[in-house]
Amino acid sequence: MVMHIIDRRLNPGGKSLENRQRFLRRAKALVQGAVKKTSQDRDIKDVLEGGEVSIPLDGMDEPRFRREGGTRDMVLPGNKKFIEGDILPRSGDGSGRKSGPGQGDSEDAFRFVLSKEEFVNLFLDDLELPDLAKRKFAEAESEGLVRAGYSTSGSPANISISRTVTRAMARRVALRRPRPEAIAEFEAKIAEETDEEKKAALVAELEALKAKAKRIPFIDPIDIRYRRFEAVPKPIAQAVMFCLMDVSGSMSEHMKDLAKRFYMLLYVFLTRRYRHVEIVFIRHTDRAEEVDEQTFFYGPASGGTLVSSALQCMHDIVRSRFRPSDWNIYAAQASDGDNATSDSENVARLLTDNILPVSQFFAYLEVGESGTYSFEMPDSALWSLYERLRANGQPLSMRKVRDRSEIFPVFHDLFQRRGTTQERAAS
Amino acid sequence: MSGLLFEGADWNFLTLQRIHDACENVAQKELGLDTYPNQIEVITAEQMLDAYSSVGMPLFYKHWSFGKHFAYHEASYRKGLMGLAYEIVINSSPCISYLMEENTATMQTLVIAHAAFGHNHFFKNNYLFKQWTDADGILDYLDFARGYIAQCEERYGRVAVEHTLDAAHALMSHGVDRYPGKKKLDFREEEKRAGKRRLYEEGTFNDLWRTVPTGPVKTSAVLNVERRKALLGLPQENLLYFLEKTAPRLAPWQRELLRIVRHIAQYFYPQGQTKVMNEGTATYVHYRIMNRLHQEGRLTDGNFLEFLQSHTNVVFQPEFDDPRFSGFNPYALGFAIMQDIERIVKDPTEEDREWFPDIAGTGDEMAVLRDVWANYRDESFISQFLSPNLIRQFRLFHLHDDPAERAGILVDAIHDERGYRRIRRELSKQYDVGYIDPNIEVVDVDLAGDRRLMLRHTVVKGAQLSETDTKRVLQHLADLWSYDVSLVEVDAATDKVLKEYVLNPRIQPAAA
Repeated sequence: MVMHIIDRRLNPGGKSLENRQRFLRRAKALVQGAVKKTSQDRDIKDVLEGGEVSIPLDGMDEPRFRREGGTRDMVLPGNKKFIEGDILPRSGDGSGRKSGPGQGDSEDAFRFVLSKEEFVNLFLDDLELPDLAKRKFAEAESEGLVRAGYSTSGSPANISISRTVTRAMARRVALRRPRPEAIAEFEAKIAEETDEEKKAALVAELEALKAKAKRIPFIDPIDIRYRRFEAVPKPIAQAVMFCLMDVSGSMSEHMKDLAKRFYMLLYVFLTRRYRHVEIVFIRHTDRAEEVDEQTFFYGPASGGTLVSSALQCMHDIVRSRFRPSDWNIYAAQASDGDNATSDSENVARLLTDNILPVSQFFAYLEVGESGTYSFEMPDSALWSLYERLRANGQPLSMRKVRDRSEIFPVFHDLFQRRGTTQERAAS
Repeated sequence: MSGLLFEGADWNFLTLQRIHDACENVAQKELGLDTYPNQIEVITAEQMLDAYSSVGMPLFYKHWSFGKHFAYHEASYRKGLMGLAYEIVINSSPCISYLMEENTATMQTLVIAHAAFGHNHFFKNNYLFKQWTDADGILDYLDFARGYIAQCEERYGRVAVEHTLDAAHALMSHGVDRYPGKKKLDFREEEKRAGKRRLYEEGTFNDLWRTVPTGPVKTSAVLNVERRKALLGLPQENLLYFLEKTAPRLAPWQRELLRIVRHIAQYFYPQGQTKVMNEGTATYVHYRIMNRLHQEGRLTDGNFLEFLQSHTNVVFQPEFDDPRFSGFNPYALGFAIMQDIERIVKDPTEEDREWFPDIAGTGDEMAVLRDVWANYRDESFISQFLSPNLIRQFRLFHLHDDPAERAGILVDAIHDERGYRRIRRELSKQYDVGYIDPNIEVVDVDLAGDRRLMLRHTVVKGAQLSETDTKRVLQHLADLWSYDVSLVEVDAATDKVLKEYVLNPRIQPAAA
């Protein structure tokens, strides 16, 4: 009998990808809930790694008619000591009815692994850059060229050869320009022809053909087409993120941790929007310095607090390295709210005149010790100052955070898609 | 018959061809197997996972539930909780066997003998497969189904199609015909039959019968009901068929979807009824072939030991108190019974002669086995061929668990003279689809009133339907029917109504 062997290994994989996506789409709400729950007990750095989530089976189940209860009969192997008529107690292992741990688990929850991409997508799915940013966004656009059909004029470098040749051919066919092969054939016929009279007629005809071929050019200037380009505004694909943090003695490890989590989220979010994201860490006490990540979060520092120093530092860095027309600028500031009273004037001036006009988004995060509720905290010096600026119409976002679990809600709140909130309000 | 088939663990396509030819030689000459042509496809682990989630078929329509299974399998495979099968075989002609690329040469030999000859022979010859499946057409049909469903999604929207498929999947287990349909007689046949009846009546005429009182005259109401039931083909246990033919507000494409799901359910119906036999056959065949190849010197001792090791794993049956126990291993049970048949045929004891007078000592075990493979399913196979010898070997016992009995579970029978027949009967019942699937039928439709569809579950041994699942399934059913649906659970013995469900259809977005 004939047998065929087929090597399928090279076939494109991922045949189940579409089914998987359908499943995720269907389970979206459930998976999203699970993702958020999972990400709460995780280090935010690990959020990027994807991983296992488990969702309740409810709603994702495939119901069947199933029977349960009633009298049961079963035949089992491996009798050791039972004889007919024995009564076995129900709870013991003797009944052999214990279900495996895997079975029990799958009854109420469904566990599976999400890829990194899927995880982050679901994690940030309903977030968007705020309206505030969009206004700036429009200003910060550059122009790019895109193909936009053909035109009759242009530079020689842009001649579209295929389009030109096609049109030339169409014209030659339409006007019945004699083809070179036809002329050659005609000449051969004349050479063969012996009858002088006929030959003369043929020659005359040939002349006419040649004249026609000359009249109708192979390529006419009207055939020529140029590729046309149009300038369209192109969003800038790079962003810089400034992380400003007060590292004076009053900032505890817990506060720094809160700030770090917020920065991480913002970073993840920005990397999804921009092809290239740079981070600048600025820490300050009563003077500010640009540092690397390690020093930023863990380096020891002490001193008083002057917020304006950090703002000044940021302003300098923007001026020297990140031209606002080339970069989208985001800034997040974390502090416990202490600031020297004399510094307020400076802070307000720097923000309103220099920083806010060039940045897409400026968030202020006031961190506090856990255990107290945010609304119980009296407004700090910095908070009051920013509140005042906001009242004057400055685009500032500010939130208070006390506990790790508040980070995501706060972040979510800041970036929630405006469309959905409006819909909700309307409905 | 010469030389080793291969050495070591490596193989290439030439090796596979050699292995196949060697196996074929044994299968045809010695075992007398009759198979479909083989097609062997080599696949990767990822492709195996893909195949898992689409019930092993090479092409299948798209549905989220397959994605769910894929996600589940992938997670447990990645974590190492689950190994993958060495092969998947498809009941089609040519018979397609998928082999994993990471199998060693010995494993490939085992798998080819197992799938390409064992399963293949069973698919081609077993009466259930012959009756219910069309091996030549299945791949074309699946191709059609996939295309049709994709087209429907384009035209009517993915949500509507998904809705219909969800509902159809929920009813899939009740979308099979359990008996081949009665063929309609043509007029000539009908006339012939009527003539025969008349002759019989004339031959046995006795005027006394006229005086025997008949039952009460049927009222017109009863006649009406009977007529309605006859017109609707009731009672009907194939719910999908009933909906496809009579649901009042389904669009034609929805009917076609139900039909596709029903056909696929029907295609898989024999596989559920022949797990023990199918795996037993394949295991028995690979065991014979591998032994013969080794005897002929075509496998090295090392390779043969490797084979024995995985064979032993395959036919391992943990005992009931073993933590690994999860019911009977169909490979173990099927293989054991078939080996036992071989023993009975070749070397019977007195007991065997008494229990199996037809086959004991006839000498040709292959003839007996081929007949068994062709004409039995799990339930009849066990109730015929589970011998006392095997019951003792497995030390089987029968438990009877009656919730009304406070004291505990009764050991009803053990492997002794009094217990053999009872154990055999009970074990065969565990494999009887008639007992496994709940018996649910459409009994009536309220045509004069609110068009309610009435179903009835005949409760056997007090096992009622689980409530949450039933409500969900009935909800799907009501959505398809688009009017109310009711289900009563009636005790088979006492005719007492135990429970009643009524569900209203959800309003669907202008699908009707």
